[in-house]
Amino acid sequence: MRVPLEADVRAPARASDLPVAALGIAAVAAWLWAFLVTDRVAILGALLAVAAIAFVLAQRSAVAKRYGLALARRPRMGVAFAAIGVLAVAAALHDQPYPLLMLCTVMLFVVACIGLDIQTGYCGIVNFAGAAFFGTGAYTAAVLAKQGVPHLFGIVCGAIVAALVGSLLILPVLRTRGYYAALVTIAFGILFSTFLEVNNALGGPQGLKLPGIDLFGWRFNRDVDIGGASASFYVNYVVLALALALGAYVFSRRVDRSWIGLTFDAVRLDETAAAAFGIGIARAKIIAFTLGNFLCGLAGAVYAMMQGFIAPNNFTFGESLILVSILILGGIGNPLGIVPAALIIIVVPQKLQFIQEYRFLLYGILVVLILLFRPEGLLPRPVRRYFPAPR
Amino acid sequence: MDPGVLAQYAFNGLMLGVIYAMVAVGFTLFFGVLDVIQFAHGDVVMAGAFVALATYLALHGLGVAVPGLVVIVVACAAALAMALLGALIARYLVLPLRAAPAFNTLLITLMLGSILRELVRLFYPNGSNPQPFPRLLPTASVNLGNFTLRLDTTILLVVGLATIFVVNLVVRRTRLGLAIRAVAQDSETARVMGIDFQRIVLVTFAIGSALAGIAGVVYGLYYNEVNFDIGLLLGVIGFSAAVVGGLGSIYGAIIGGFLFAALQTIGSVALPVSSAYNNVFAFAVVIILMTWKPTGLIAEPTSERV
Repeated sequence: MRVPLEADVRAPARASDLPVAALGIAAVAAWLWAFLVTDRVAILGALLAVAAIAFVLAQRSAVAKRYGLALARRPRMGVAFAAIGVLAVAAALHDQPYPLLMLCTVMLFVVACIGLDIQTGYCGIVNFAGAAFFGTGAYTAAVLAKQGVPHLFGIVCGAIVAALVGSLLILPVLRTRGYYAALVTIAFGILFSTFLEVNNALGGPQGLKLPGIDLFGWRFNRDVDIGGASASFYVNYVVLALALALGAYVFSRRVDRSWIGLTFDAVRLDETAAAAFGIGIARAKIIAFTLGNFLCGLAGAVYAMMQGFIAPNNFTFGESLILVSILILGGIGNPLGIVPAALIIIVVPQKLQFIQEYRFLLYGILVVLILLFRPEGLLPRPVRRYFPAPR
Repeated sequence: MDPGVLAQYAFNGLMLGVIYAMVAVGFTLFFGVLDVIQFAHGDVVMAGAFVALATYLALHGLGVAVPGLVVIVVACAAALAMALLGALIARYLVLPLRAAPAFNTLLITLMLGSILRELVRLFYPNGSNPQPFPRLLPTASVNLGNFTLRLDTTILLVVGLATIFVVNLVVRRTRLGLAIRAVAQDSETARVMGIDFQRIVLVTFAIGSALAGIAGVVYGLYYNEVNFDIGLLLGVIGFSAAVVGGLGSIYGAIIGGFLFAALQTIGSVALPVSSAYNNVFAFAVVIILMTWKPTGLIAEPTSERV
């Protein structure tokens, strides 16, 4: 039995979608470039204000709806344009390592948060140990790189080990619900960072050093030379992180649109009713939890190799709360919302050194305010569409 | 093992148990009236300890040095400040989210805990380092072989048990307690009977948080040191203790508190690994217990209306 899903009955694309999307991406890329490159507080504030005003205006007028429809009609175009936009920004920033590093960090956090979104936003499993799974990937990659294992294999292993460590928690997560499940993941998150602190084999509080990525002779930590023009080696990482972020986005959208995604929705909204309709709750939760931890571990492994150094205080409970803050700010269940949220939460404190020390406090206040006044986040999850997008 | 050393461990475990029980009773009271978990409760304990410390320093600065008076004023200040904080949390963070999914309440209180931690770390003078807590109680002691019975810890133990007893008495024997229990049982019907729902919720949060404030003072006086991050551990263990005993039951919370202290003490004595793994062990026990008995040792009968 097959009921046509959105993907099957997509409306034919309109010719005007292409220029409209190109215009939007160009504007966003220009904004992103300015946002990453500025180090003046006034300009940063102005950019954020412009973004906020543009956001509100787009929501009020028909612009946001227009883009939503264009994206729904031609999802591949959206992904391709996003890739072009990020590469253009990277090209414009090619000789400035620090903004490039921030761009990579944002994209890797997007990957990890998409993982958490599959768990929390789609399937309703609360996970307050995101940083622990991120850290599992990072430490696995570090240990394997030290043993001389090929880096690609090490990164994939990081993701797999994160999923395996997650499987230790599957039984507790399946048997508990709501607050109790939250407690289990909180306890695990704290256990993980405490364990890293006291365990000497993994470097203890001093942490571990890692080499840069080397993929079949493609050395990531060497500056790039293209036709005489040289670029910072972080461009390599931008390409990799971009591929991962887009891959994770497309993957999460596919999962969401498949029967697995429908099952997740049913389990999240009402477990009892879902079970009464014959949906395997345990199976759905295991799939969501494992996929999410896999993505967290993957992001963590690449992040570790990019940073070249990891320590337990990169992966504390506070960091897990930051990942959840990104999710809440972006709008839970909508992977698209994660991107602006990650940009704000990661880049702004890096730019404003004087608030760096206060960032946990500010995020806490930010999330409290969002929950009180706009619990659906910046970009609320759209209602699932089963029928063609209107023309 | 020498009986004296064993007795020492048992006594330390008992002390730890009282602190955990005081925290767990708060969790159980809140869950009773509102069916929510206040995840910042552990950090309220920490805040209580710091209010006590600040009050002590202020009194010290003013030159007040009557030992008995100082400790009473300090404890009262912590309890009152935390009672107010608890009521504010209930009024402005928990009650407004009553209609929202449980996840939102969970997150808002978790974030509040993070805010409290950061406020102390950033704005208490030198707050990122452990702060010495003054010894305000008489330190006479009796030696029985290897077992040292100290007067100050004995007082703390008695005071801790007495506060829990008083809270239990309030809930079981007074008109206010009757109203709290009515709201816990069925808030709709309680409202129909003329009970001011919001007032009872606020009072319950005030009582539970005052208890947490006193727990913070007991913690400080026992360890002679407080740090901004003690709330995380106390909150997780207090919640687990409340769950293990069965959420909503005060006796369950007390039993759970002592059970956890016993497990932790046994763990630190019996496990072959170094004591650095103490907390790792405690959290592993939390996870295992939650898996084994997801709704507590004394399981609550559950039914659900769909």
